[in-house]
This record gives sequence, structure tokens and C-alpha cells, in this order.
Amino acid sequence: MIAIELDRVSRDFTTPDGRSYRALDEVSLSVEEGSFVAIVGPSGCGKSTLLNMAAGLLTPSSGVVRINGEPLSGINHRATYMFQQDALLPWKTVRENVALGLILRGVAKADALRRADAWLSRVDLSAFGSHYPSQLSGGMRKRVVMAQNWIIDRGILLMDEPFSALDVHTRQRMEIELLGLWEGSGRKTVVFVTHDLEEAIALADEVVVLSAGPATHIVARHQVTLDRPRALMELRTAPAFIDLYGAIWAVLREEVIKSQQAVGHGRS
Amino acid sequence: MADRSDATIRRPVVLFWQVAVGVAVLTLWQLLVSWKILDAFFVSRPSDIAQRIAQWMTTGTLWGHLASTLEESLLGLVVGAALGIALGFWFGRSPLLASVFDPYIKMLNAIPRVVLAPLFLLWFGLGIWSKVALAVTLVFFVMFFSTYQGVRDADRVLIDNVRMLGASERQLVRHVLIPSALTWIFSSLQTSLGFAMVGAVVGEYLGSTRGLGYVISQAEGTFDTTGVFAGMTVLGVVVVVVSAGVTRLEKWLLRWKA
Repeated sequence: MIAIELDRVSRDFTTPDGRSYRALDEVSLSVEEGSFVAIVGPSGCGKSTLLNMAAGLLTPSSGVVRINGEPLSGINHRATYMFQQDALLPWKTVRENVALGLILRGVAKADALRRADAWLSRVDLSAFGSHYPSQLSGGMRKRVVMAQNWIIDRGILLMDEPFSALDVHTRQRMEIELLGLWEGSGRKTVVFVTHDLEEAIALADEVVVLSAGPATHIVARHQVTLDRPRALMELRTAPAFIDLYGAIWAVLREEVIKSQQAVGHGRS
Repeated sequence: MADRSDATIRRPVVLFWQVAVGVAVLTLWQLLVSWKILDAFFVSRPSDIAQRIAQWMTTGTLWGHLASTLEESLLGLVVGAALGIALGFWFGRSPLLASVFDPYIKMLNAIPRVVLAPLFLLWFGLGIWSKVALAVTLVFFVMFFSTYQGVRDADRVLIDNVRMLGASERQLVRHVLIPSALTWIFSSLQTSLGFAMVGAVVGEYLGSTRGLGYVISQAEGTFDTTGVFAGMTVLGVVVVVVSAGVTRLEKWLLRWKA
């Protein structure tokens, strides 16, 4: 079954000086239920725009987004969204943040907090339930966000460069943790946006390469045939990984160069 | 961490110098008057002022005046804050409303409140309500602008995240917009409280039969500079004590901040 279907979706924005800017141009993409799709592309190519439309936070200028076959209108309540920036409520404690989705759904507070505690122990943060987010490190906050998203058990996970602000080692740890959760919880559908090709290959079943903007479109789709569960610490030096990296980078490289040239022209 | 330990080391030092500055100024003042460099008729002297305050306290005349000033300030704070927060919230959620009323709000805020005092006396009488009204006009704008700012400044990502987690419009207001605005509101509590007292005292000064403003104005009417300074001193001490309380309250309310 197709979990997410973008059907010839375009999105235009109005620039501050009043001109129209086409961010995405007739992008069509279907994501199978239970698959892990990574979207890569040069910076500013509209990766987040695409994800925001799948989330229902943005409406397409033309085209249709379908979730489980039904056209999406308003917020996509079958999905959770992990943002690049910090999205925890700073005035709520860690456990209140994790319990938030349940409380919004009307679950009794005591029950919601108890379930939040269970999730906190799954992400190794039992000792930090009554801390405030500002008292945690960046990696810990990301784990809280994962618990916050997973606790409401939606079928689709949208992730917008969730680990890009972390240092390399913390980032790798989060990737391992993410795959562990994903493999251990009935394989939800994941769309993972990143600008890091290594991360994309290491995590996903399929890597979708977007062109440089404006009028971004899909330039290539690559299946990642590496076995699961994957040993992320060793994976990056495996020959199959390196071959795949070379093949996808050959495509992505062109787009990165184009986007850099566009920026150069814009400045001169 | 470094900042925190610095602060604990400094606290007694700061306290020492705070007291030292006060003592130095009072001593200098006292000496200048006894050396006849300054005339006690115009500037009184610290020992007389202290005596006057002690006398007010022992005879009990002070408490009634103080109570009515505090009552007016508190009422002004509560009413002004309620109106300011409600309207600030409403305008913050409706950009159209905010742009339409923007020039009017600015015009009203530009009116010097002393000019309003006689009008309020006329409208609300000599009792506490004319003073409360004056305090309200001051507190309202501080609260209005902070709330408005707080609602407009609410982090886009927090809003999107909570909506993705399933929040309805009402839940969004409750879990994100109100707490976000509260941080701004709490941070302006100190200013608002000071303004509330200014409003109350100015109101009493211009026409009343009770309160610290009344005491000061009576003293001025008889060229009793000691009374004027004593009134101002009491007012100053009250503000320092109350604002220390507000600081602690603020710290507790905003305890989630790093």
C-alpha cells in the first residue's frame, strides 16, 4: 500500500519583492508503507517544502498529496514530524513534553505521564523526567523528541534534518537509536530529509535525489540494498556502501554544483 | 557554571557596597546640613526624616495611608493587567485588528497621565477608584505591549510541532501561545508594579484624603520638607521590598529558563 503519494505537486512562494518563485515543480513521489525513504538535495532545493506539504503544514500550489490514498487537507494526523530546530516546549518538563501528544488526545494526565515514563526509559532518559529541556544536551533533547513522536504511534514519521545540529558522534548514536526504534516498532513509514548523503544511504531503503532549485524536481531514485539490521559503525567502510555512495554522488554532485553556480550568479 | 559561582562570590560584596553607598550619601547629607552648607528648610536632614517616620509608625498614622496606597496599586495592577493581557492576546491573534488600532493605541499611550488625573477625579470621585483608574492607564500599556509581543513572537516551530502532535486551536493557545506570552508578561511585572504605584501616588497627590501621595502633598502645602522626604522614603522602601518579592515570584514562574 502507498502511504504517501505526491501527485504532480508544485509549490510557489512570493518573494519579498513581490515576484513569484517556484520552489517545487510537478514532483511525483510515492512512498510504500513501512519503507524508509531518504530525500537528499543541495541546500535550498525545497526538501523541507516537500516534507511540509506531506505534513499538511503547507498546501501545494497545484497537485495533490494523498495519504493512504485519501487526499490530504489540513494537518496530516497520520504523521509525526521531527524538526531540525528544537521543538520541545521549554516551559514543560521532559516527561510533560513526552506526554504532550497523549494529553492533547484527551488521555488522563496521570496515565499519559506514566506512559511517558515508559518511553523515557526506552530512550535512556529515566533520570531526566523532571528536568526542563534547557537542562539537557542537544543529543538528549533529540531523544526526548523521538519519545514525544513515537508515543503517539502514528504510521508515518517525517524527519527534517533532525540530527544536523549535532556533533558527529552524537549524530551517529542518534542514527543507531532511530534505526533501533524503527526496526523494533513495526516499521513505520519514514521520510527522512537530509543534506548528508552518507546518512541517507546508511539509514534508508531508498534515496531520492532532488535537483537544484528553483523549480526543483526529482532527478534520481536509488534503491539501497544493504541488509538490515545494519551495523552503522562499520557500514560506511563496506564496499557495497562505497559503490552506492559513488553512484548517487555522481548524480547529486551535478546538482550541488548547479546550486552553487546559481548562488554565485545571484551574488555577482 | 562560571557565572553562577561568580554571582555567589559577589553577593556579599554587592550588599556591602549597597549599604556603604546609602550610609555615605546620608552621612554627607547630614553633615552638609549641620555645617550649614545646605539649608535644612529646603532639604531637611536624614535624622529628622528618620524621626518623622518613626513617629508616624508609633502613632500609627502611617499604616492607614500605606494600606490605601497599596490597595489602589494592587487593584490598578490587577485590572490593568487583565485588560492589557486580554486585549494584547486578541490583537496578537488578529493582525488586521492590530494594524487598524495601531495609531490609536500609540496616541492613547502618548497622553501624559497627569493630564488625565483631574478627569478621573471628575469621573470616579475622590475615593480610591480615580487612583485605580490612573494606575490602570499605566499598567495597561505595559501589559498590552508585552502580551502582544509574546503572542506574535511565539516560536513558529513550537506551534507547528504542537499542531503535528494533534493540538486543536484551543489547545494551541493553552499549551503554546499563553505560556509563550507569559514569559513576556512576567518579565514586565516589575515595571508594571512600579507604574501601578506611580499611578496611585500621583492620583492621591492630586486629590484625595488618604494615601502616601496625600501625605506628601499635605507636607508640601505647609513647606514641611521633612514630611515630603519622609513620604518619599517610605514609598521607596515599599517599592524595594515589593519588587524583591516580585523578583522571587518571577524566578519561580520562569524556573524552566536556563
